[in-house]
Amino acid sequence: MDKDITILAIESSCDETAASVVVNGREVLSNVISSQIDIHTLYGGVVPEIASRKHTERINQVVRKGLSDAGRSLEEMDAIAVTYGPGLVGPLLIGVSEAKALSFATGIPLIGVHHIEGHISANYIAHKDLEPPFACLVVSGGHTHLVLVKDYGEYEILGRTQDDAAGEAFDKVAREIGLGYPGGPKIDKVSKEGNPRAIDFPRGKVAGSRYDFSFSGMKSSVLNYLNTCKMKNIQISVPDVAASFQQAVVDVLVSHAMWAVDEFHLTKFALAGGVASNSALRAAMEKACAERGVAFYCPPPILCTDNAAMIGCAAYYEYIKGMTSGLDLNAKPGLRLGER
Amino acid sequence: MKILAIEASGPVAGCALLEDGVLTAEYSVQYKKKHSQSLVPMLDEMKRMLDLQLSSIDFLAVTEGPGSFTGLRIGAATVKGLGLALDKPVLPVPTVDSLACNLFGTDRLICPLMDARRQQVYTGIYENDGELRVIEPQCVVALSEITQKLNALGREVIFLGDGVPVNEAALGEQMTVPYLIAPAHVNRQRAASTAVRAAQIYAERADAALVSADDFRPEYLRIPQAERERGDKRNYKVFV
Repeated sequence: MDKDITILAIESSCDETAASVVVNGREVLSNVISSQIDIHTLYGGVVPEIASRKHTERINQVVRKGLSDAGRSLEEMDAIAVTYGPGLVGPLLIGVSEAKALSFATGIPLIGVHHIEGHISANYIAHKDLEPPFACLVVSGGHTHLVLVKDYGEYEILGRTQDDAAGEAFDKVAREIGLGYPGGPKIDKVSKEGNPRAIDFPRGKVAGSRYDFSFSGMKSSVLNYLNTCKMKNIQISVPDVAASFQQAVVDVLVSHAMWAVDEFHLTKFALAGGVASNSALRAAMEKACAERGVAFYCPPPILCTDNAAMIGCAAYYEYIKGMTSGLDLNAKPGLRLGER
Repeated sequence: MKILAIEASGPVAGCALLEDGVLTAEYSVQYKKKHSQSLVPMLDEMKRMLDLQLSSIDFLAVTEGPGSFTGLRIGAATVKGLGLALDKPVLPVPTVDSLACNLFGTDRLICPLMDARRQQVYTGIYENDGELRVIEPQCVVALSEITQKLNALGREVIFLGDGVPVNEAALGEQMTVPYLIAPAHVNRQRAASTAVRAAQIYAERADAALVSADDFRPEYLRIPQAERERGDKRNYKVFV
């Protein structure tokens, strides 16, 4: 049997400082996530400068805990992986600088990983049997991508958002109806008390681009609805507004995903990203897949949120292809999937 | 005693190795290329040139700040990663003190000026007639505040730093005492100066001057804009 490949992975692209040790891409020995959400809640969203400062303060402690939880030492690692984009440049630079210093000091190879590739790879950790090809919908506070996963590390982006990410739209609507930050989990919770058919918000479309998404108009229609109610002195039902908006987003995401499943005759479909934790989205996607006899995959919430285990998984498939990064690796906030 | 110094607080990315008072290497680049790209390759080059065993280093020195927030963090995260991997402590050097250390053996006052934007400078006032003495510790102020202090002290001054070119006209208007501007080779942050300053601090305070790589934090001298606008007057260190 071949030697096990053990990778230390670091993730700091937004407001989570994370480190993980992953063996052979799929066995997670540790998954440490230090969230800054309490601080950013004070500001109604992630403040990049504050996030960067917090990452700097915590990075070593998080990396140390990642190693100690795994019961491994730094010297035992076969590679050091780090998210180098996309994301917020200040936060990304902390993980990248730390990982490069660790790699330089130990001589252990460095692997720069694409954040979205990480999210997709979370499915490999959760589902040991999953192998490409499949389609994956990556939905989070910063991203909405419908991706055809042709092979490990080989992707075709079918559609992406033209404006807000789905999670961003959740945050903005949540703020307007007084639920606060972060919007996704709060809307999910309050929607359980509401009627998803109470208000017919439009389902966003992008002209001439079937698979692309647009959530900004949907968000605006909620704001218009709220303004109209205010002017007419109509009492709004927060659960109904939340549930109806959530339903509109879910409908768009599910319909796009299923077009891809049908067009490419796929037998497997996966969800990924922070918004993949949304219970209505999971349920609707699972149902749509079941109706088509398509296998549905979705990581548990701990692997949906930003984490480093998913980065370690994606890095493993780079490592076995012999792909490593140089010590001049830089943070790339606008890195596109498939770009190096 | 081997000190590995790292500089990323301002326009210069650099590193230096000071070995028992001998500057065995100094690498300094002031170019548009990002520090995040250039810093570790420089360290790698220096290591190869010197056949350096990283484990033989006694501690890491770094300019703790003030400076470019992003630059300070690139330096900090690099030092933290090195410190973690090599199990070495960090000696933080105030950036303005390190700049003042560029000059030596003068009766004039030394006044580093770093461009802090928002019509301010990171600055301080020093003497270095053989031993560095801090007259005015590093701070962030309007240029006029520091020039008033210098004029009141009534001694000749040498200015240096990337805050000089942007404030040259204002200096001409505000300064009533004679002054010089340092030439290019001693006008910007130098990792060699940081290493020398670190050695001086260590000679005075020994291990008390060292912090663990895990606990090291940049000294920004400013709270984040979002906190300022929120009217949060607390120092950012309070709610860590």
